[in-house]
Amino acid sequence: MKTKAKPFSLTMLSLLTATAFLAAPTAAGAQEPLKIALVSFYSGPVSGPVGIPSRNGADLIIEAINAGTLPAPYSGAGVGGRQIESIYVDEAVDPVSEYRNAVQRQGVDAVVGYASSGSCLGVAPVAEELQTLTLLYYCGSVRTFEEGPKEYVFRTMNTQDVENIGAARYVLDTMKDVKSISGINQNYGWGQESWRDFSKSLQQLKPDITIKTELFPKFLSGQYGAEVTALSRNKADIIHSSFWGGDLDAFILQASPRNLLKNQTAVLTTGGTALQSLAKHIPDGTIIGVRGSGGVLAPKSDFNDWFRSEYEKKYGEVVTFPAYYMAQAVLALKAAGDIAAQKSGNSPSVDDIRTALRGISFETPAGTVAMDRHNGHQASTEIAYGTFKLQDGKPTLENVKRYAPECVIAPEGTNSLDWIEAGFPGAVCN
Amino acid sequence: MSLLLAIVIDGLIYASWLFIIASGLSLIYGVMRVLNMAHGSFYAIGAYVTASLVSWYFNHSTLPAYGSFVLMFLAAPAVGIVLGVLVERGVLRFLIERGELITVLVTFGLLLMFEDIIKLIWGVQSYYAFEPYGLLGSTDIGGLTFVNYDLAMIGVAAVVAVVLWWALNRTRFGKLLRAVIYDRELAVSIGINVSRVFVMTFATGVALGALAGGLVAPSITVTPGLGIEVIVLAFAVVVTGGLGSIQGALLGAVMIGLARAAAVNVYPELELFVIYAVMATVLVFRPRGLFALATSRKI
Repeated sequence: MKTKAKPFSLTMLSLLTATAFLAAPTAAGAQEPLKIALVSFYSGPVSGPVGIPSRNGADLIIEAINAGTLPAPYSGAGVGGRQIESIYVDEAVDPVSEYRNAVQRQGVDAVVGYASSGSCLGVAPVAEELQTLTLLYYCGSVRTFEEGPKEYVFRTMNTQDVENIGAARYVLDTMKDVKSISGINQNYGWGQESWRDFSKSLQQLKPDITIKTELFPKFLSGQYGAEVTALSRNKADIIHSSFWGGDLDAFILQASPRNLLKNQTAVLTTGGTALQSLAKHIPDGTIIGVRGSGGVLAPKSDFNDWFRSEYEKKYGEVVTFPAYYMAQAVLALKAAGDIAAQKSGNSPSVDDIRTALRGISFETPAGTVAMDRHNGHQASTEIAYGTFKLQDGKPTLENVKRYAPECVIAPEGTNSLDWIEAGFPGAVCN
Repeated sequence: MSLLLAIVIDGLIYASWLFIIASGLSLIYGVMRVLNMAHGSFYAIGAYVTASLVSWYFNHSTLPAYGSFVLMFLAAPAVGIVLGVLVERGVLRFLIERGELITVLVTFGLLLMFEDIIKLIWGVQSYYAFEPYGLLGSTDIGGLTFVNYDLAMIGVAAVVAVVLWWALNRTRFGKLLRAVIYDRELAVSIGINVSRVFVMTFATGVALGALAGGLVAPSITVTPGLGIEVIVLAFAVVVTGGLGSIQGALLGAVMIGLARAAAVNVYPELELFVIYAVMATVLVFRPRGLFALATSRKI
C-alpha cells in the first residue's frame, strides 16, 4: 500500500508544484501596475487653458487612487488593486503616430486622453486596430461612435451636440424673445458641427429664428479684428461660439473692448476656461458653458468639495473644468477595475476593465456619469449653463440651469442630427 | 458705417501687423539672401518678453500705466538685437556662402530649437499682457467701435515704413546696404565691411520681428507655437511684394490685409483662400513678386 501511495503523493505534489509555478506568473502579472498614457495638449495655445489643468486633474486623482485616499463611494488602493503608472504624451505632436509609440514602444496598457476632435477621429481606428483600451476624455465629435461601433474606445464625457442642444435650450429658457443669431466658430469639424447643432436646435425649438452671420476663422488664427467688425455690423441677439483654448481668450480680449459682447449676448460653450483668467473682460450677461457640469458648474457634493480643495492645495489655483474631465476618465478606470476585481476576486486584466466599463455608471466630482449610449461606450451626463456676473471683482455664474441627459441627448440608437431635425422626439425636460 | 470704410480700417490694422513682421524678413533677405525661417521664433520671443515684462510692470511697479508702452517699444527690439547678433555671429556667418538652400534649412532648424528654448524658459502655460490694449480707449467710427491701440498700430507701421525708407535712402549706412544688395562682391571690392553690414542688418530684421510680437502680445494669449503660425503669413506677404523689397512688403501687406478684411465682411468662406489667391495672382503676372530686386547677371 505504501509503495502504491508514494507515487500518488508524489504525483499530487508534482501537480501542485507545477500548478503553483504556472499560477505564479499569472498572479504576478495581474498585480503589475496599470500603465497608462495621459494625452492632451501639453504645449501650444491649448496647453494653458486645457492641457495643463487636465494633467493636474489626472495626477491628483491618480495619486489618490494609488494611495487609496479617494472619497466615497470609492475605496481601496489602485484600480482593482493595481497601482497606476502614468506617462504623458503631448497631443500637439502627431497624435496618431504618438499613439502607436505609446502602445507599441512604451507598452502602455491603456490610453486616456485627447482634447481635439480631430485627434479622436484619427486615433479611434488605430485603437481598434491595436486592440488597446482607450478612454477619450474631452473631444466632442459625434462621429467617433456614429461612424461605427467600437470595441476598445470609450468616451467618458458628452459629445459636442449635447452642449449645443443644451445651449439652445438655455437661450430659450432665459431669453424668450430671441429672434436672430450669429456664430463664430473654428474652421474644422468641432466648430462646424457645434454651430450646425446649435443653430438647428434653436430653429427647431423656435422656428422664427434667423441667422445673421456665420464665421469660421482658421483654428489658432489669433486675429479677429475683421470678424468682430462683421459681427458688429450685422447685429444679432445672440453670438454663439465654441472657440476654445487660446482662440477663445484672444477673441474675448479683442471683442470685449469693442463692445461686441456687451451689445450682443455671447454664448460661449467652453467659456468656463476663461472665467478666472479673463473675468474682467467678459461682460455681465454672457452665457457660459463648461462642456458638461464640471468646473465652476459642478454640483455641490462631498466628492466635489474634496476635489476642489485638494486641487487648490496642490496647485495653488482654482480648478477649471478640463481637470474635472480628465479626472473623470481616470475614475472610469478605477470604477471599472474595482467592479472587475470584485467579480473575479483577482486583480483585473485590462480586458476585464474594458468589459466592466461597458455600460457602467460611476461617481465623479462633476456628478454621476452613465456609460449608456453607443452600446455602453459613450457617456451621458447632465449639461449645465449659467450667466456670467462679476460680483465684487470675482467671476460668478447666476441663473444656472441643468439639463438632464434625457432632455439633451439623443436616445440610444438614434443619430444625433436626425434627432435634432426631427424635433427631439422623446426628449424629457423639466 | 459703410462696408467699404469697415474693410479699409480692418484691412489696414491687419496689414500693419503683417508689415512690421514682413519688413524684417524682407530686409534680411534683401541684404543677406537668407530666407530666415526662424523669423517666427523671434516674433514669438518678442511676444513672450513683452508679456512677461508688462505683466511684471502692472503687478509690481508703481509707475504710470502708460510706462508699459515704453517697455514694449524698448524691450522686445532690444532682445531681438541681442539675439540677432548672436545668431548671425554664431551660426549664419559660417554658412552664408554656402547658398540659400543651406540657410533655409539651418534657419528652419533654429525655428524648431527656439520653440523648445521658449518652452524651457517660459513653460507651456499662457501669458497675458492685456493691460496696454485697453489703455488708449476706443473710438466710434460710423457706429462701430474700434480699439485705439489697433488704430495706433497703423501709425506705428507707418513710422516703421518711413524710418526704413529714410535709413535705406538717406543715410550712409543705407547706401552701404544698397551697395551690398545690388552686388555683394563689388561691395567687398570697394572696401565695404560686408560682415558688419550683415550683422547690423540681421539684428535690425530680428528686432522688427520681435517688435511685431511685442506689439501683438496685448491682444492675444502668448503661448508656444505662436511663431510657427505667423511665419507662413509673413512669407505670403514678402513673396507677394517681392523678396527683399521693403516697399513690396508694404504693398503686399496692404493687399493681403484688405483682401482678408473684404472676404470676412462680404464672403467669409473665402477668408483663408483669399490670402493665397492674392499671392498666386501676383505671381502669375509677376513671378518674382511686385517689387522684385534686380539681380546682376554674372558671367
